[in-house]
Amino acid sequence: MIRVILPSHLRMHADINGEVTLPVAGVVTQRSLLDALEAQYPVLRGTVRDYATQRRRPFLRFFACQRDLSLEAPDKPLPEAVARGEQPFLIVAAIAGG
Amino acid sequence: MSGVRVLVGTRKGAFVLSADGTRKSWTVEGPHFPGWEIYHVKGSPADPDRIYCSQSSGWFGQQIQCSKDGGKSWAPVGNQFAYDGDAGTHQWYDGTPHPWEFKRVWHLEPSLTDADVVYAGAEDAALFRTADGGQTWTELAGLRGHGSGPRWQPGAGGMCLHTILLDPSDPNRIFIAISAAGAFRTDDGGKTWRAINRGLRSQYIPDPEAEVGHCVHRIAMHPSRPNVLFMQKHWDVMRSDDAGDTWREVSGNLPTDFGFVIDVHAHEPETIYVVPIKSDAEHYPLEGKLRVYRSRSGGEEWEPLTNGLPQANCYVNVLRDAMAVDALDDCGVYFGTTGGQVYVSSDAGDSWSPIVRDLPAVLSVEVQTLS
Repeated sequence: MIRVILPSHLRMHADINGEVTLPVAGVVTQRSLLDALEAQYPVLRGTVRDYATQRRRPFLRFFACQRDLSLEAPDKPLPEAVARGEQPFLIVAAIAGG
Repeated sequence: MSGVRVLVGTRKGAFVLSADGTRKSWTVEGPHFPGWEIYHVKGSPADPDRIYCSQSSGWFGQQIQCSKDGGKSWAPVGNQFAYDGDAGTHQWYDGTPHPWEFKRVWHLEPSLTDADVVYAGAEDAALFRTADGGQTWTELAGLRGHGSGPRWQPGAGGMCLHTILLDPSDPNRIFIAISAAGAFRTDDGGKTWRAINRGLRSQYIPDPEAEVGHCVHRIAMHPSRPNVLFMQKHWDVMRSDDAGDTWREVSGNLPTDFGFVIDVHAHEPETIYVVPIKSDAEHYPLEGKLRVYRSRSGGEEWEPLTNGLPQANCYVNVLRDAMAVDALDDCGVYFGTTGGQVYVSSDAGDSWSPIVRDLPAVLSVEVQTLS
């Protein structure tokens, strides 16, 4: 199972407590992970990826294994530790303000 | 006993303010959807327990929430707003073509007769409709297909469709307004539209009397006279007696005719309200005095209403969707400010008091009159 940590606004929106665990079939990529997330929680459609373009929303970032994966191609395999469920995939709302 | 429910959208959540018909003691519920921008919350005239809410965020995009129990509980419904076909371009601030991009829903207007039917006014300007309680949304693309769409240009707040008025006497007639394109009307349920801006004069565009390009801030109508429209334009308060075919200025003796809100008394179709704002460069009241102005003659002659409103050091704004009236015998008038106050007058504007003082900046105020 893949582990995903969502920002608090999205956890509240989808009525999620804590971490999400997801079954992801095949190669674990950003796209397959987000497809599985949206299948399990349809109310998250359009919140992480833009509906029209399916691209990551600009103020969100993807972190895992202490790396920023935000700019990786959506079909590039995620780190093995994420695919094995040892490390979570973090969807992070960028800090704004000052 | 009768009562009222005030639906308040703010920069950081939605609030529901409730009172009995005396409107003296208030219950405040919220924030709902804390931390999210709530552009508009509005109840269905067909079923007062059905309330729709536009929830948006620069991080997470657009959500639509629906309550079926008068705002006690909510559930997200459909949030996919796709332009019909090739969206094309409109003018950007610098005059260059810019692709149409959905950003948010500014205004939700539930049908007068069917709780499942709602119209949504979007930025970039377009009109959407749901017939299944918000699960799916379809663009009424005839509006952007009017032909002038490529010439529309955003105002400072974005290119938003912010006003939707449904004609109670004709289900096929809808009025809408866009900043900064102007006002439009359909007489066939949204298939075709015509610009209704004749008589508007805007010095800030190359042709002050152009067919489109006017920064209309808000339009109001009394349901008993749907051919009479009142408009707060960027500058100028305007009136139409022929369903928008022609407009004339009725700013009269207002101290400034810039502003955002305009509304009509529930029982007196010639009594209207505005909140004059100093200028487009200084979005706060003149002289630091928060004054509602009332005309009992449909414009031209205005009186300041100050009793209970701050008359010194007040520098808030009152945004375009932040005024409403209830339908109790003594008409109640409500407005919210960017300073987080929501004021009520239970005597048609003669006196005012704050319901709440310290909410986040208020984006919208709507009122439901409950029996």
